[in-house]
Amino acid sequence: MLRYLALKAGRALFVVWAAFTLTFVLLFVLPANPVDLLFDPAELNTVTPEVRAQVAESYGFNKPVVLQYLARLGHALTGDFGNSVQSGRSVTATILDVLPSTLVLASGALVLALLVAFAIALVATSTRRPWVRNLVEALPSGAVSVPVFLSGILMLQIFSFQLGWFPAFGDRGVKSLVLPVITLAIPVAGPIAQLLVRSFATEFRSGYVTTSWAKGATRSGIIVRDVFRNAGLPALTIAGITFGNLIAGSVITETVFARQGIGRMTQAAINTLDVPLVQGVVVLVAASFALINLIVDLIYPLLDPRLRAALAVGSPRAA
Amino acid sequence: MTDVPEREEDPLLRIAGLAIDYRTGRRRWTPAVRGVDLHVDPGEFVSLVGESGSGKSTLVQGALGLLPPSARIRAGSIAYSGVDVTGWSDQRMARVRGNYVGFIPQDPNTSLNPVKKIGQQVIESVRFNAPDARNAAQHREAALESLRTAGLKDAERVFHQYPHELSGGMKQRALIAIALAGRPRIVVADEPTSALDVTVQKVILDHLMRLREELGIGILLITHDLGVALDRSDRILVMQDGRIVEEGPVRQVLENTTHDYTRRLLDAAPARQAGRLEPTSGPRARPTDTSPVLRARALTRTYQLRGGRGRRRQLRALDGVDLVVRKGTTHAIVGESGAGKSTLASILVQFTAADSGTVHIGDRELTGLGRRELREIRRDLQFVFQNPFTSLDPRFTVGKLVAEPLQAFKLATGKQERTARVVELLGAVALDESHLHRLPAELSGGQRQRVAIARALAPNPGILVLDEAVSALDVSVQAQILQLLVDLQAELGLSYVFVTHDLGVVRLIADDVTVMKGGVVVETGPVEQVLRSPRHEYTRELLEAVPGAGINGAGTSGGERVGAAIAHQA
Repeated sequence: MLRYLALKAGRALFVVWAAFTLTFVLLFVLPANPVDLLFDPAELNTVTPEVRAQVAESYGFNKPVVLQYLARLGHALTGDFGNSVQSGRSVTATILDVLPSTLVLASGALVLALLVAFAIALVATSTRRPWVRNLVEALPSGAVSVPVFLSGILMLQIFSFQLGWFPAFGDRGVKSLVLPVITLAIPVAGPIAQLLVRSFATEFRSGYVTTSWAKGATRSGIIVRDVFRNAGLPALTIAGITFGNLIAGSVITETVFARQGIGRMTQAAINTLDVPLVQGVVVLVAASFALINLIVDLIYPLLDPRLRAALAVGSPRAA
Repeated sequence: MTDVPEREEDPLLRIAGLAIDYRTGRRRWTPAVRGVDLHVDPGEFVSLVGESGSGKSTLVQGALGLLPPSARIRAGSIAYSGVDVTGWSDQRMARVRGNYVGFIPQDPNTSLNPVKKIGQQVIESVRFNAPDARNAAQHREAALESLRTAGLKDAERVFHQYPHELSGGMKQRALIAIALAGRPRIVVADEPTSALDVTVQKVILDHLMRLREELGIGILLITHDLGVALDRSDRILVMQDGRIVEEGPVRQVLENTTHDYTRRLLDAAPARQAGRLEPTSGPRARPTDTSPVLRARALTRTYQLRGGRGRRRQLRALDGVDLVVRKGTTHAIVGESGAGKSTLASILVQFTAADSGTVHIGDRELTGLGRRELREIRRDLQFVFQNPFTSLDPRFTVGKLVAEPLQAFKLATGKQERTARVVELLGAVALDESHLHRLPAELSGGQRQRVAIARALAPNPGILVLDEAVSALDVSVQAQILQLLVDLQAELGLSYVFVTHDLGVVRLIADDVTVMKGGVVVETGPVEQVLRSPRHEYTRELLEAVPGAGINGAGTSGGERVGAAIAHQA
């Protein structure tokens, strides 16, 4: 068990470290002159060589690359990613400002997506009418094929401008969260639902379901007691992967609904070539991705006794 | 039946004129069961025997109301103790299932919910069928009782275990417990032992017999194994193409076989054969040159089990195994699952490397050869896999499949030459040119295994290693393939290494036999000697467990009867 924990945690740390190193190489080593990136491209020609030298020194660009890397890595370990070029504030503080609103958005969307996906799978499995199943099974691919900006704008049109139920933008209060969460959840729910529908159908045909029928169980009883847990397991894996996408994919939603958040901040940072901020965001996304998947890996053994047995070493197994 | 003097009560299960169709297209239905009559009386053990595709499983599903949506009952009726349940809804049938009729499924490995403890699964069965609402403690007690009745002595421990922590035999017992927990009056068992080793099969079937006597329940056993049916039943029904073709008490079926199909089944059952198969061309010439073609010495192979901490867990798959295969003969390797026989087979052809020990083909040592030299050797040493449904590339035509080794070894270079050779090879396995452009999916199991054998024969090998090559086939098909192998051996002077779990098959084809258990050879020698007078306890145990052996060896009268029956058919 400990070994499993250490392995998974080690893998998560490796992912974060690799993200940091990769962004370092891309942003600080590969550009011909990283100093250029620190200035607004429009004003680049007006900067005097003295100022450049000064900036280069303050950022440590005149030192060997390895030393720069180690220095940055050391700082990063203490949570210091340097200062934003644009605002001059510390990168960590800038990110922490907007992180909560994105986290709430992404988690809300994930939960909603899972609920929708499970609902679709349950309806498709439990209905006895073929046309209901066909209809419900068509929903996921429909959900995937609608682009986020379109569904977002559509939703704004109907629920804010026409009906006036929810505010069109801003990030105050629960009400302002409803439309963005739905918008973000729709495309994510699609693939999860597809996976679950298939998984439910497969499990519903499996041998232990026949055993349950023979016990005298009813259809709904079988779906709830036997199929649900076995078929639901894959959703956990895909939910972990999806969460990373949600943080990255919040750009469009946050832009459409004019919310502050990581997505919009990243977009702005890229536009203005705010190198330290971009690196901070990349490492943050990698870290959250690694963390979520670590949690998924740790939950799995709790839900699947077979996995638990593989981990519990040395326990006497009945032959 | 005629020997029932008066029918005071209705039979536990009566199926009358049942016909079931499968939907095979829009408004097109293909019959699977065509008018079957069947009944099981209290305390009666009835076996329904048939090969794959005979409709026996569909019949059982129909009786339990578990037909897939693509099937329909066209005609007939199903009645439990006189209550006609034909066309009942799922809701109503749920009260019959478990409560009135218990069901033991085919494969214990997939028939238990993997994420639930055994106890929980048995309790459910108790709870669904408890006539009066009882409390949790009583449910638990009833479940434990049921586990004990099913022959699990350590019921308390099993109660708290998950399915993956149990062996196949224990899982099947747990499933029996589930079937009994609802206190049914009749138990339907669909091939309950086909996924289990013979020794385990014997124990489970013995237990079912005992339950019938103790609880007075009726048992309907569905099986493909005529031997099992003959050993255990009061009455046998033989099913073919959705119809019952033969019915009667065991003795009657044995002595006065009326239907041709039953006779063929009887002939095909390995356990009923007296000795080794003779080639169709005539009596076999005893191989005179018996120099060894393949020798294995002190083979050892250990697998590291995953997740080891500190002292690594190891599995000794092979432990100092010797093997000698004489030229032109068949050497059978027998054992139950986990005996290491498949590991041995794959080391012989160097799919797997041994940790230590040597394999010699003729004078050449295989172990430690380079890839190119091994390739050369493989021309002489071919392999036939267990499952003909997965060992053929589904997108290759038969012609391409058989031609592949010819191309790989650059044997027949011209296109015409190659086609001619492929046709010749197909001829050798009793297929013809018309099969050249078919895909594996268009062939039956037996035909596929023929193609696999033709493919193995393509480079003109001297030795064939067959890993459970007939185990996935129906008995009648199995008999054909075995006959083919014997014919090929007589014709081409092949040597076989024949891996199997079925001692009955060994008798038919082998000259020498090696019995393995737990990675160790327990006994080896000529077939007659090992099967007639086994020296090792385990071999004896295996022999006793072979279904049909009981009738053969039950006494002179039984043996004579079978002998007479076979002579009568000839």
